[in-house]
Amino acid sequence: MRQIAGPWAVALTLLVLSHGALAVGYPEKDELTFGFIKLTDMAPLAIAYEKHYFEDEGLYVTLEAQANWKVLLDGVIDGQLDGAHMLAGQPLAATIGFGTRADIVTPFSMDLNGNGITVGNDVWQAMAGHVERREDGRPVHPISASALKPVVEARRQRGEQFRMGMVFPVSTHNYELRYWLAAGGLHPGYYAPHKSDTSGQIDADVLLSVTPPPQMPATLEAGTIHGYCVGEPWNQQAVFKGIGVPVITDYEIWPNNPEKVFGMTRAFTEQYPNTTVRIVKALLRAAKWLDENDNANREEAVEILSRPAYVGADEEVIANSMTGTFEYERGDRRAVPDFNVFFRYFATYPYYSDAVWYLTQMRRWGQIAEPKPDGWYLDVARRVYRPDIYRQAAEALIAEGFMVPEDFPDFDAETGFKGTQTGFIDDVDYDGREPNAYLERFEIGLTDEVL
Amino acid sequence: MQVALPRIPITAAGRRLTLLARRSLIPLLGVAAFLIFWAGAARSVETSLGTFPGPAEVWSQAGNLWQEHLRERSRETAFYERQQARNDSLAARDPDAPIRWRDYTGKPTFFDQIATSLSTVAVGFLLAAAVAVPLGIVCGLSEGFYAAVNPVIQVFKPVSPLAWLPLVTMVVSAVYVSDDPLFEKSFVNSAITVALCCLWPTVINTTVGVAGIDRDLVNVSRVLKLAPLTHVRKVVLPAAVPMIFTGLRLSLATGWMVLIAAEMLAQNPGLGKFIWDEFQNGSSDSLGRIMVAVIAIGLVGFALDRLMLALQRRVSWDKQAILR
Repeated sequence: MRQIAGPWAVALTLLVLSHGALAVGYPEKDELTFGFIKLTDMAPLAIAYEKHYFEDEGLYVTLEAQANWKVLLDGVIDGQLDGAHMLAGQPLAATIGFGTRADIVTPFSMDLNGNGITVGNDVWQAMAGHVERREDGRPVHPISASALKPVVEARRQRGEQFRMGMVFPVSTHNYELRYWLAAGGLHPGYYAPHKSDTSGQIDADVLLSVTPPPQMPATLEAGTIHGYCVGEPWNQQAVFKGIGVPVITDYEIWPNNPEKVFGMTRAFTEQYPNTTVRIVKALLRAAKWLDENDNANREEAVEILSRPAYVGADEEVIANSMTGTFEYERGDRRAVPDFNVFFRYFATYPYYSDAVWYLTQMRRWGQIAEPKPDGWYLDVARRVYRPDIYRQAAEALIAEGFMVPEDFPDFDAETGFKGTQTGFIDDVDYDGREPNAYLERFEIGLTDEVL
Repeated sequence: MQVALPRIPITAAGRRLTLLARRSLIPLLGVAAFLIFWAGAARSVETSLGTFPGPAEVWSQAGNLWQEHLRERSRETAFYERQQARNDSLAARDPDAPIRWRDYTGKPTFFDQIATSLSTVAVGFLLAAAVAVPLGIVCGLSEGFYAAVNPVIQVFKPVSPLAWLPLVTMVVSAVYVSDDPLFEKSFVNSAITVALCCLWPTVINTTVGVAGIDRDLVNVSRVLKLAPLTHVRKVVLPAAVPMIFTGLRLSLATGWMVLIAAEMLAQNPGLGKFIWDEFQNGSSDSLGRIMVAVIAIGLVGFALDRLMLALQRRVSWDKQAILR
């Protein structure tokens, strides 16, 4: 194999060198440490390592599991980590200074979808009477939070709070959970950073708090929270442990929603431009491998992810969601072929409209304290999302023959905005070019007022 | 008046047998009884990660961890072979290419983690000893000095390592800045935390040992008009050695306990991190693997204690003293 690859590589290099502009130079920094959280959507990192895509780029990468999202972000900011698997909201929030202020950019989106909302067994039992049933007795999906509303009300009458966990204040999970609750008429609470109130519980019907993903099942079991929103395998873990029931996946809240990104400091990308492009190249190959031939490689990916150094959960738990199905109640297994998307639908392209959506949610819940003009949203998106780096990596891969132009958007015509997106659980359409008009359409949420 | 007690005749061989029974048979029986109790009790504890692991499962997990260790080593070999091939072809293609040789990037195995923990505790302990023994000697020699530092010692002595850790981490990040550090920051963090916690037993025991030196010895030193340093070297140190080592032994035991907690909290490499990672993984093997680590921690702690005991016996002048 290597013997065959040798001459080919020589030929390719000559070809690439003759294209001058396309060649990516040698990496300026080749010993790298990347952080990740134990979630199945870290897969592109594990695959790029295990399939030696990093090594093919001359990069020697160490992958290190991090305790929680805060530790991970601090690691990237202070340089202990060269890059990390991040929540899409993290680079944006860091750039606008909600939480720790730092210039973090992302040239690569890691996946679409992949999260779910799980409630404890007792909550599910109380909800069950309010859920519509199909003829075979199984619940009609998607399940709206309006089925949860009577349960929350009943608890309030008894003087009890209803608490749910999410993984980080600027996490996709926080916004998805809030979106779902608000769509069902439950207020998830506002933030007021200008008054130093970052608990996010002002006016809340449901109190949300932070728990690191791998500890979600244990925290639910301990009764500290009554439900949570988290990535896989921690929803399926609740099913296997018999401690909770996933009620909805994020695919049903917003089909093909952007999820994790690969984040680095702006300083890193400027100091080591070749390294940056090469990292993106390796990740692109890994993402393609994960989705290739209709998810043909997923079983192998599941085996790799189940190793203790990566996600470490049991193979069958990871396989449950990674191989195109999702188990709700024990035994109620349904096909969700796009539950984890890594490459299809240009999943890896850093769309400005994705960034703007996260910013609108930050504004909706008060993390951005004051109303901002539409232009501001675009400016922030341009500062953080870096399709220019992505394009260099993609074109180098096309030139080397690993990819074809059809794998990517048409770079010359791409504006970075996906156009009007539909299919949200509350039927509110989203157009990233008009963030303020979008915010006006929600019944619950801030528009132009300041708390 | 002499009372003639009836003597039970014991042959030499019989005596040896009794000794053997007391030395090994009885402890073995104890261990066996514990294993049976464990196996029985484990079966009835049902957790959300499955049944609590019994001895058999823990033993098989220990085997798995060893297999993983071997597998990782062969992956390491393959890594270096790939690197060789890549660098060769790079050099053939482009003579000006920067050829770099890099260390293996794989994960530390369970056994690597044990080695990391051992070296961390060793550095922390030596650091503590280097400060604690001189400090203890000065405290023991000068009552005034002791009275001055005693409140500080008493206040810091009971502080948990977990309270120190955030402070240590921040100070190390601020002070220990270098482009090519000799030690990893995480290693320095753990070692300093260990040192802070295992300082106190040695300081206190050294103080007591030095303060309690036989007056006669001190008087001899005075009569001979020994210089202060010679006094310390020739009289104080030899006389206080048993107490100093008692302190060091306590310190090492504390250090080992503290280290596991510190590694767990700070996510520093080592056995504590191994346990935390396994807990987070939540796979059906996790409990068994954590139990392997628990037993390994116990065995290492036991071995360290025996090592200190042997040292203590060696340097102690009072060979009659019973040390346990």
